[in-house]
Amino acid sequence: MLDRAATALRGLGSRVTSRIWRLGFASRFFLATLLYSGPSFRRFFLTVREIYFTGVLSLIIILVSGLFVGMVLGLQGYDTLQRYGSSEALGILVALSLVRELGPVVSALLFASRAGSAITAEIGLMKATEQLSAMEMMAVNPIARVVAPRFWAGVISMPLLAALFSAMGIFGGYLVGVVLIGVDEGSFWSQMQASVDFREDIVNGVIKSAVFGILVSWIAVFEGYDSEPTAEGVSGATTRTVVTSSLVILAADFVLTAFMFRGA
Amino acid sequence: MNRMTLDLWVGVFVAVGLGALLFLALKVGNLASTNTGETYVLKANFDNIGGLKVRAPVKSAGVVVGRVSDIRLDGERYEAVVTMNISSQFMFPRDTFAKIRTSGLLGEQYIGLAVGGDAELFKPGESVKKTESAMVLEDLVGQFLFDKAAEGKDKK
Repeated sequence: MLDRAATALRGLGSRVTSRIWRLGFASRFFLATLLYSGPSFRRFFLTVREIYFTGVLSLIIILVSGLFVGMVLGLQGYDTLQRYGSSEALGILVALSLVRELGPVVSALLFASRAGSAITAEIGLMKATEQLSAMEMMAVNPIARVVAPRFWAGVISMPLLAALFSAMGIFGGYLVGVVLIGVDEGSFWSQMQASVDFREDIVNGVIKSAVFGILVSWIAVFEGYDSEPTAEGVSGATTRTVVTSSLVILAADFVLTAFMFRGA
Repeated sequence: MNRMTLDLWVGVFVAVGLGALLFLALKVGNLASTNTGETYVLKANFDNIGGLKVRAPVKSAGVVVGRVSDIRLDGERYEAVVTMNISSQFMFPRDTFAKIRTSGLLGEQYIGLAVGGDAELFKPGESVKKTESAMVLEDLVGQFLFDKAAEGKDKK
């Protein structure tokens, strides 16, 4: 009886310590990435190539989903607002919800599943096929050559993608609200401009997406680098990237929102 | 893929992304209208500011001429002191009335400046003497009930 309880407790303890150990390893890995990120800026082509794979190739999914999210917001928002006779406020509703929340969060979730998983799989396969060890043999630092450019490409791409998502969503809301339903165009834009603040709403949205970019890229490169060098290990690492980044994005979003918008 | 096309695509991506940011800042946000040149400070004391907030517009004849920059309570007289930044293009006579108004039935509150006829103008930093507090719905309803009750008494 006592023996079984001890085993259960030991299992719990080992799980917790291994999580903490992994978090510590991830933090040291993050510091190493920052430390060796000189080459990704001195030989900027390395980073530009990764921006192509993470940013440019994510454009289609970001633009299309932004458009549809905006269009849905337009329809749902109009349906609710017109009950209170204030359908002109549709512009405010669409713009604020996109710029503050949906733009950064949804584009980060899409980015994690579109680009983050690809980064993890690529680095994991490089490790499994011993390309990373081969680089070390040739005195090339794999963190500086492989990891840091991918990390910085993600950090640079994410705010741009979030801004595109928000802009596209507002265009979608405009299409549905003004063109399709017939909300007055002048009040749609003027009410939006009157209540969306540059510092308070737009800059905070950009800060959010930059933080999400750092988190997602960090998780993606770490999971790839830390994956077990087998086919199974790489697939597990890819899944973990998507799951962990999604949870971390939503949790970080709550913390950031609590600090940014206290209803002052 | 060779380097030229790669650079081109990344350039397009970054340009479009920055363009989207610019669109958000100028067309969606109010960056273009916030800093319209130089401003000066006017103050006004109110008995009750209702739901007035910092950054609320200050309007004269319905045109926005400035914004509320600060709201605090005067600890001695228990009045709200509202600081306004007014655009330097507009000077107001010394007998200007400052009233707290509501745009629409449920809209945001703003300060309306009703211009008087005095020849002298406010100097920057001065206080508006004549003010009218915000309408508080509960007070209005209370007043209405009180009047009705008084009427009923008279009839008896």
